[in-house]
Amino acid sequence: MRARVLIRPKEGILDPQGQVVERALPALGFAGVSEVHVGRLVELDVEDPGRLPEMCERLLTNPLIEDYEIETVSS
Amino acid sequence: MRIGVVTFPGSCDDRDALLAAERVGEAVPLWHADGDLLGVDAVIVPGGFSYGDYLRPGAIARFSPVMESVAEFAASGRPVLGICNGFQVLCEAGLLPGALLPNPSLRFVCRQVDLEVERADTPFTRACTPGERLSIPVKHTSGRFYAPDEVLESLEAHGQIILRYAAGHNPNGSSRDIAGVTNEAGNVLGLMPHPEHAVDRLTGSADGLCLFASMREHVAELQPV
Repeated sequence: MRARVLIRPKEGILDPQGQVVERALPALGFAGVSEVHVGRLVELDVEDPGRLPEMCERLLTNPLIEDYEIETVSS
Repeated sequence: MRIGVVTFPGSCDDRDALLAAERVGEAVPLWHADGDLLGVDAVIVPGGFSYGDYLRPGAIARFSPVMESVAEFAASGRPVLGICNGFQVLCEAGLLPGALLPNPSLRFVCRQVDLEVERADTPFTRACTPGERLSIPVKHTSGRFYAPDEVLESLEAHGQIILRYAAGHNPNGSSRDIAGVTNEAGNVLGLMPHPEHAVDRLTGSADGLCLFASMREHVAELQPV
């Protein structure tokens, strides 16, 4: 099964990448943009998607500073 | 005293850590793929870019065979010093609290900073004096120490913050100017600045030596002569 793990900085933690992007967009003429956050995407094929949360907790994310969301796509 | 210095693929400050260790004892190179710590009295997890810093700094290195032995060594109460990337590895391994986030500037910061010794009664600072200012270089991109507020309060309450950046010297936005933090038992220290690059006045400062001298004093006390 194909899976996607969306990883984002935890709310309330300073996200300098998001801030830089938020400042850069208006400079290019894209007005009305706020609350920008930059995270990471991990895509993987897994035999047992039930083990994805454990993979996230132990390696793919640092739960102290990051939140994650798992999406599975049956192909 | 025999100080072991771990080398991971991508470590780059292991050589200087070995040279610093030689100033106070015998330096013993340790290889990441070996679980054997060769009977050393203290371990340094040095700086660099272990496993390319892939995923997050320290995220892969923490699963290397040597880290299991380092965790057992730390659990037995013996001293473990993590410098820069080594600090990141120890946090990822759960041997130290908190995490190191990207600098707010998103830039690599390389400069000499002043630290203040908050506690001079620890295995890593007993050769210093309380309130002493140490001039030691930092060089990193992800050095912003972060922990949730309740964890920060607990670190303060348990005296685990032993080094802080002096006023105006915080190079990376670390919470509460924290530069060096220990585990609750006090035998594992992580810090972003590089004491191993400050052991000879030829390179600007020898202030880092007191950390290594402290470890020697601590180990000598543990060992009956």
